[in-house]
Amino acid sequence: MSTQRKTALSHDLYKRALLDSFRKLDPRVMCKNPVMFVVEAGFLITLLLAFFPTSFGGQSDPGYNAAVSLILLFTILFANFAEALAEGRGRAQADSLKKTKQDAVGRLVQKDGSVKAIPATKLRKGDLVIVEAGEMIPGDGEIVEGVASVDESAITGESAPVIKEAGGDFNSVTGGTRVVSDTIKVRITADPGESFLDRMISLVEGAKRQKTPNEIALSTLLVTLTLIFLIVCTTLLPIAGYVNAAIPMATLIALLVCLIPTTIGGLLSAIGIAGMDRVTQFHVIAKSGKAVEAAGDINTIILDKTGTITFGNRMAAAFFPVGNASEEELSLAAAQSSIFDETPEGRSIIELAKRQGVSSPVLDIPRAVGIEFRAETRMSGTLLPDGREIRKGAVDAIKAHTAEKGGQIPAELEEKMRQIATEGGTPLAVAVDERILGLIYLKDTVKPGMRERFEELRRMGIRTVMCTGDNPLTAATIAREAGVDDFVAEAKPEDKISLIKKEQAQGKLVAMTGDGTNDAPALAQADVGLAMNSGTVAAKEAANMVDLDSDPTKIIEVVAIGKQLLMTRGALTTFSIANDVAKYFAIIPAMFMLAIPQMSALNIMQLATPQSAILSALIFNAVIIPILIPLAMKGVKYVPMSASRLLGRNLALYGLGGIAAPFVGIKLIDLALVSLSLV
Amino acid sequence: MDFIQISLFLALLLAAAIPMGRYLERAFALERTRMDKVFGGVEQALYKVSGIRTGDMNWKQYVVALLASNLAMAAICYLILRLQGILPGNPAGIGAMEPLLAFNTVTSFLTNTNLQHYSGETGLSYLSQMAVIMYLMFTTPATGIAAVMAFMRGVTGQSSLGNFYVDLVRAHTRLLIPLAVVVTLVLVSQGVPQTLEPAATAHTLEGVEQQIARGPVASQVAIKHLGTNGGGFFGVNSSHPFENPTPFTNVLEMLSMFVIPAALPIAFGHMAKSRKQGWILFAAMGLMFLAFLTMAYISETNGNPALAKAGLSQEMGSMEGKEVRFGIVQSALFTAVTTAATTGTVNNMHDTLTPLGGLVPLAQMMLNCVFGGDGVGMVNILMYALLAVFLAGLMVGRTPEFLGRKIEAKEMKLIALTLLVHPLIILAPSAVALATGMGSTAISNPGFHGISQVVYEFTSSAANNGSGFEGLGDNTPFWNISTGLVMLFGRYISIITMVAVAGSLLRKTPVPVTLGTLQTDSSVFLLILLATVLIVGALTFFPVVALGPVAEWLTIR
Repeated sequence: MSTQRKTALSHDLYKRALLDSFRKLDPRVMCKNPVMFVVEAGFLITLLLAFFPTSFGGQSDPGYNAAVSLILLFTILFANFAEALAEGRGRAQADSLKKTKQDAVGRLVQKDGSVKAIPATKLRKGDLVIVEAGEMIPGDGEIVEGVASVDESAITGESAPVIKEAGGDFNSVTGGTRVVSDTIKVRITADPGESFLDRMISLVEGAKRQKTPNEIALSTLLVTLTLIFLIVCTTLLPIAGYVNAAIPMATLIALLVCLIPTTIGGLLSAIGIAGMDRVTQFHVIAKSGKAVEAAGDINTIILDKTGTITFGNRMAAAFFPVGNASEEELSLAAAQSSIFDETPEGRSIIELAKRQGVSSPVLDIPRAVGIEFRAETRMSGTLLPDGREIRKGAVDAIKAHTAEKGGQIPAELEEKMRQIATEGGTPLAVAVDERILGLIYLKDTVKPGMRERFEELRRMGIRTVMCTGDNPLTAATIAREAGVDDFVAEAKPEDKISLIKKEQAQGKLVAMTGDGTNDAPALAQADVGLAMNSGTVAAKEAANMVDLDSDPTKIIEVVAIGKQLLMTRGALTTFSIANDVAKYFAIIPAMFMLAIPQMSALNIMQLATPQSAILSALIFNAVIIPILIPLAMKGVKYVPMSASRLLGRNLALYGLGGIAAPFVGIKLIDLALVSLSLV
Repeated sequence: MDFIQISLFLALLLAAAIPMGRYLERAFALERTRMDKVFGGVEQALYKVSGIRTGDMNWKQYVVALLASNLAMAAICYLILRLQGILPGNPAGIGAMEPLLAFNTVTSFLTNTNLQHYSGETGLSYLSQMAVIMYLMFTTPATGIAAVMAFMRGVTGQSSLGNFYVDLVRAHTRLLIPLAVVVTLVLVSQGVPQTLEPAATAHTLEGVEQQIARGPVASQVAIKHLGTNGGGFFGVNSSHPFENPTPFTNVLEMLSMFVIPAALPIAFGHMAKSRKQGWILFAAMGLMFLAFLTMAYISETNGNPALAKAGLSQEMGSMEGKEVRFGIVQSALFTAVTTAATTGTVNNMHDTLTPLGGLVPLAQMMLNCVFGGDGVGMVNILMYALLAVFLAGLMVGRTPEFLGRKIEAKEMKLIALTLLVHPLIILAPSAVALATGMGSTAISNPGFHGISQVVYEFTSSAANNGSGFEGLGDNTPFWNISTGLVMLFGRYISIITMVAVAGSLLRKTPVPVTLGTLQTDSSVFLLILLATVLIVGALTFFPVVALGPVAEWLTIR
């Protein structure tokens, strides 16, 4: 996206959020947030007092009442703005998705076999549609006939088309994506309103947002604190009255608003929406906020070996010459055999040979002809201009081929082969004409950086378990190399689910990734199941998150986002509550200084006048909300480390910071108010 | 010298609390222990006689048993007080107690408060002293200990919450009765009377006849401290020479009331299989106690500036309302201990403490978790610990958990309710009392001190402490009813909610401890716990404290 467009977009975003902050002033909307509702009530009362200063008996200063009223209004607007901004971001995403959905037409295959075009919204579960190249797929479904390349950029943002075909694990298509080539017949699997796109839209719009368990617990605490301070302030009036210390209504409301946790109360829903939004921006669709939160609590992550921890395709790791062949001879032959081999395996053989000293020019052989891999021969290779035939392939195939040509099978071939197998690798034999030169040791390679990721997870207290169909030896090798904590070898799909159940019985929360239909039960059983978008409909249905990029390692980031979400809430709550200390010292002396002049001893911040003290505290209380909006949106910085270090860090930042910041802030505002002669 | 006295007391306390903590854990263990051999016979006989089924209870059964048995006790005691005039054991011929005062008295002793709106020597027959006062002085701390045991079992994940009746019986047989016998005998050796004879008649030098009240004093003084009850045999409580004759008895009484509350966190550490966890809770309470003690001591030592201005020497400190045989340090220490442990027995008149010295008992009762009364103080500090875990747990990015059990919405709701009740039942009635003639006419010292008097009365009731700022003419229908209700809410709401929390926690599958788990046995957590108590618990009362003791201090400075 160009910078210009981005700015234009964010302009719209802010404008809309600004409008929404006023729209949300409606008490019917406001009462969903009890903390801010109290502020609104305070605003209305002080507004009344600004015009009718004697409403509650006694005299009061209308200008002061108006000032308090105005600050309270801004406090609410700031909180509303935070929420509206978070919602707006999601909505912008939803709007672009909605555009994709519009005017899609489905070509329904009717019972008599004829085809009829109907609006996509009329399609029901079980309907069959035909989609041709250039057309949009009208709804979620499974391909029942044909192969096609599909452009899924509308959902994933990834522009390279993916191949989808009937049968197997790549048969699911998503409504709103576009067929680029060929024709497919699709059976629709979702009714209108329930499709992936629909759910994604309602999700990013926050329309179906339900409070997560931790959010409910925290809201309970915030409401309780609000009630406690309501009691404190209400009872203060008669108690102070006993010693003839009259408290102006506006001051009492100011005290109340300063004490109740408005900072976190105003930002709480924004934090939640922004947290979900961060997941979405990461191209992961979470079906509920609960799942994102649960991700933060994960104790164990179960990862498939192939494709997640390793590349899944095997890479050449070593050459084992046999007979009288030298290693140089073998590596050259192996490289030459792979000149026309474009598979990752072939590329890796050439790379290994080059690392072992085979130079590029030697491989630049004009007039050489490639021998293509065929399922029957299980061999490939190169026909050199000098007539030599270099072949590589499965050991049995090469052995048979050599025997056919009358060559000798070197004695140590069997032994070397077994050696490679025990180390968890796959052997490929290389032969020049009828002479077997040796073996290529192909190994499943661990993706770079995985070791560090697992190390990171360990520091977070998360255990990783690798699941693989390999034999225990191979599995152990890879597990050791990748640095996972544990592994399950020769795993069948049902082993995964029993592993999850075993971990859960110990009170652990388990996350896993999967894409196949046989992963579905395990995905459903796991506390956090991340399905790949390329996977089957069943897997996507069972999981509580879908990764649009189909990158299984993303589960690690999802865990970090979940933790960050909780941390942000905790940090801002602590900050908000810690702020109260300074506010007390600003307001309490100011409140009573007129009736009890000695109270000025408690005015440790040396604030200019009682009114300036109260207004400064109130202004600080208001402006801290917009100051913290970026933090609420981005989340507090999460660095993987142990809980005790994390706590120490956040406590210093948001606990001690929360105590110190308002002392400084209120004093500065007070100085500013005095120098501008506003008080 | 003062420093040595205080240090010695604290050392004695520690020396007594550590083995007591271990003992408590064993005495209330759910599994069979060697102690069953010692006490089992008596206990089994008691269960058989009273038809007690000793099976495990769930939290609802536990709470129902607790409430029902307390209600029954209240009914019996109310009847005795109302009928004491015609019942035996009344050599002084004291008449029936009037209904509202009887309600207040029963409530007061039932809730372990022992707020006394009557004067013991003239208002109660010997039967009432023993069958109502002494009886409740055993059963109510036993109830508190039972509740905390159920709570601690839930939090530490024992096999069940236990059985209320078994806990109630064990608190008597294994703890309170043996200890009370020992302490009584020591007190008697120090000259505290223990007799059923009526008041002695003495002829003074001027030839006037004087009635000297006496009675079964030693036994009551023993249990009033051990049970953190606080109701004195005499109106002036432990400042009376018959209740607290010597500095030795003064230390003994302080140790008696502090040992069980101080041992409970240690017992908790044993139950949680993490002694460090117990010590962290002990340290949190201990540090608060030391801070308050220091404040009281300094403030009383510095004397009363108002009297100094009037030309009275304050070199000895503020001795107004204090006993010469105790002096400043034993008085300040006693004040700090009695309000920390919410016992409410006094060896000096809290009304005459200097403003900041008077703030100490008030603040400790407002917090209600500086060791606290038998059982309930521990419940309160654990509640704050759960709250601290909630805040700190979120900050490390996990659903908060304490000892492997998650603190979720259900627990937070119950904790929230408990948090809300304490300020509500202190501030709301204080506001009513100060705003209306019903309450404010009782105040003997108007002005800021009047606020302190009223707030102290309700705080003492809410915290089930029972000490009075005295000076308040509180035997009126308004005070009897209002403090009666405050005591009931202050006692039972937190017991019900916290046993419910225990039940809910016990049902959860414990989460294994990993590197990502918040450590609650660390000094960082100690800090968070203290900050939570101070910010959530104490700042709530800052405005009213500012108008009461703080304003008084500032104006007489």
